[in-house]
Amino acid sequence: MSAPAPDARRTGAQIMCEALIREGVNIIFGIPGGAIMPFYHALPEYKDRLHHVLCRHEQGAGHAAEGYARSTGRVGVCVATSGPGATNLVTPIADAWMDSTPLVAITGQVSSLVLGRDAFQETDITGISVPITKHNYLVKRVEEIPAVMHEAFHLASTGRPGPVLVDITKDAQQAHTIPTWDAPLSLPGYKPTLEGHKRQVREAVAVMLSAERPLILAGNGVIQSGASAELREWAELLGVPVITTLHGLGGFPEEHPLSLGMPGMHGWVHVNRAIQECDVLFNIGGRFDDRVTGKASSFAPRARVIHVDIDPSEIGKNVAVAVPIVGDARRVLRALLDDLAHRPGPAVEARRAARATWLTHIRDMQDRFQGRHKELNRPETTSLMPHDVYAALNRAFIEHSARGEGYRVVSDVGQHQMWAAQLLDWRRPRTHITSGGAGTMGFAVPAALGVALAHPDETVWAIVGDGGFQMTNQEIATMVQEKVRNVKIAIVNNGYLGMVRQWQELFEGKRYSGTPLTGPDFAALAKAYGVRGVTVEQVGDVDPAIASAWAHDGVVLLDFRVEREVNVFPIVPQGQSIGQMLVAVGEHAEGDDT
Amino acid sequence: MTHTIVALVQDHPGVLHRVISLIRRRGYNIESLTVGHSETPGVSRMTLVVEAENVEQVTKQLNRLIEVLKVFDVTNDPTVERETVLVKVQAPASARAGLIALTESAGARVADVGSNTMVLEVTDLPEKVEAFIDLCRPLGIKEMIRSGRIAMTRGSGGGAGARATGTPGGAAGRAAPTGQPVDSSPRPYRAQADGDE
Ligand SMILES: Cc1ncc(C[n+]2csc(CCOP(=O)(O)OP(=O)(O)O)c2C)c(N)n1
Ligand SMILES: [Mg+2]
Repeated sequence: MSAPAPDARRTGAQIMCEALIREGVNIIFGIPGGAIMPFYHALPEYKDRLHHVLCRHEQGAGHAAEGYARSTGRVGVCVATSGPGATNLVTPIADAWMDSTPLVAITGQVSSLVLGRDAFQETDITGISVPITKHNYLVKRVEEIPAVMHEAFHLASTGRPGPVLVDITKDAQQAHTIPTWDAPLSLPGYKPTLEGHKRQVREAVAVMLSAERPLILAGNGVIQSGASAELREWAELLGVPVITTLHGLGGFPEEHPLSLGMPGMHGWVHVNRAIQECDVLFNIGGRFDDRVTGKASSFAPRARVIHVDIDPSEIGKNVAVAVPIVGDARRVLRALLDDLAHRPGPAVEARRAARATWLTHIRDMQDRFQGRHKELNRPETTSLMPHDVYAALNRAFIEHSARGEGYRVVSDVGQHQMWAAQLLDWRRPRTHITSGGAGTMGFAVPAALGVALAHPDETVWAIVGDGGFQMTNQEIATMVQEKVRNVKIAIVNNGYLGMVRQWQELFEGKRYSGTPLTGPDFAALAKAYGVRGVTVEQVGDVDPAIASAWAHDGVVLLDFRVEREVNVFPIVPQGQSIGQMLVAVGEHAEGDDT
Repeated sequence: MTHTIVALVQDHPGVLHRVISLIRRRGYNIESLTVGHSETPGVSRMTLVVEAENVEQVTKQLNRLIEVLKVFDVTNDPTVERETVLVKVQAPASARAGLIALTESAGARVADVGSNTMVLEVTDLPEKVEAFIDLCRPLGIKEMIRSGRIAMTRGSGGGAGARATGTPGGAAGRAAPTGQPVDSSPRPYRAQADGDE
């Protein structure tokens, strides 16, 4: 089996494979079925250049492609058949949409001859996916395939990245033609603005220099545009503290003296208070999601807001903005740094010095509030606390980094996810991968598969709840078939849909409706899949379990049976100001402006 | 408040669905929407009349659609706006002369005469159309269809003759959060093309 000669007529399916290869794709995740069979028929001819990972559920294929994309910055590709195959992709597509993840989803469609007649496995996936894709295509003619595929990758990866769906009828995959590549893109309505407007850039620098209590908020855009170095330079030159959103974690190293940590619903008290007190808030690449802002009308009440975003529609959507800058985070930061370089040095210097008091003030708040959440003040009980798991993981991360060994963390959705964000130390971009905007339980295990295949030399930790794990654990079978060895799964097993239980405890009088949860013996399940599974119940066993999992050449599942009813604190109750934080059951942070 | 938005879109299958889907999802209320060919082959022109607190969000969201070429909020621009209505009224032979006189005085036309009915047609400003319908009501309206509004700016301004929103520089100076009262005075738009100083 070999690919056809360049000038030979070939099938649409072969053209699809070649288009993928031309876009630099070497791995795709999917499941075959009737309407996509011609594509699968062609795949073996390209197998040395295009590796197909057979997942166990299309949702898994989609999340795996997302994990691949989020950890590499390249476009992830997933493939499914028509009808149920395509609808199973809806969740990961929506997830990618909410988190601006570059994804191309390819679905087979019934033949154009029967399209629109409720044919077997016909589903209007282009109609279904309109509100959750950046764009989508229905391809009915083989001649359209090269241009559509090129446009799809262009759209997915440029501007604000996002998912693009390409639905290709079976007859278009089967028809023959000689493809014409390299047709110019025909997207007259698509012109992302990359460079910040000069006057706005100048204005932003002036506002930052005039600020007494400035704050930088770094979001997903910093990671996506690869702006960490520029961000660091900008923060250091100005002496401005930096907070990182859930998707900004790793965009600014947490051990840096200017790093404050995460804001928002489960952010730190000192971070949220800093937001409420700051006089200038410089948001680069964050979208002021409600999990960050709390009640938007009382968010950062004293601040003039500078908002840098590649998507003009994000600016002014949730929070009023004084200085809007549309552009790519890295390019805008470069422009800001250039502008700053032309300002008189002593002025910049003086400003930086003046900020020391502001930073000291925030650090004082941090000392007052953060310790009780970050370091476990072990209660009388000796039972295993979630915090023990994270503390041990942190120790392992430090130890292995020191040896130059890479690692990445993929978290699922729930309490364990928030603890991961809060308690682990984030140092490098693209090492923290989670489902943020959509909050998709079941994300972590398949996403970890994608991350692991993209980074075979690193260790990938999937941190997952017992609830989310039971949604997509079948992808362990995919790991085994793919001979993936570098995934380590840590289940923070509390026997509950914990995050929902927490809300029920705090806000609904402990009515635990639909949240107590049983499961199989996860370690035994791991063994059934053919990987190592270990149950950990004692505090003293955590470090050794993590160490041996790391050392083991193969997938390992660690089932941490933690204390069941532990809450994630601090928490801003839904819809309230971020100035109002619960730090324990029924206890507000001292001095809250309630 | 009610805004009139003109959008130039690529004439592709599904583009209307995308626009409607967006408007529905974001919770804006469409009062009227018309689509038709523009002066450029392959480009359709939509006129949307929407009820929205924060119209800047509407235009920016529309601009996000790949097949949307340009969006103009022409609410505060001098425009020519037109709407057509067809009204079928009872018209026994005895009443016809009176009806024809009324039609003429209102600037309308008789589009069809049936044995017992007449179809009257008027194309005018939306308020005039409204007034004409009121005039017809006592006559007994049997059927009615309004076309929805089309709009074009007066004079020789470029493109749709108005300011394109959301293009290069994006947001205007001050944007207000959604769901909050915004001042309805025309928002100063700052052109953000480079080199404007
Ligand atoms: C697919 C999906 N269904 C439901 C929810 C709502 N939800 C959010 S967190 C959560 C509990 C998660 O439980 P678990 O995976 O055990 O994690 P824990 O919170 O206990 O750490 C649920 C049900 C969701 N986010 N995603
Ligand atoms: Mg749980």
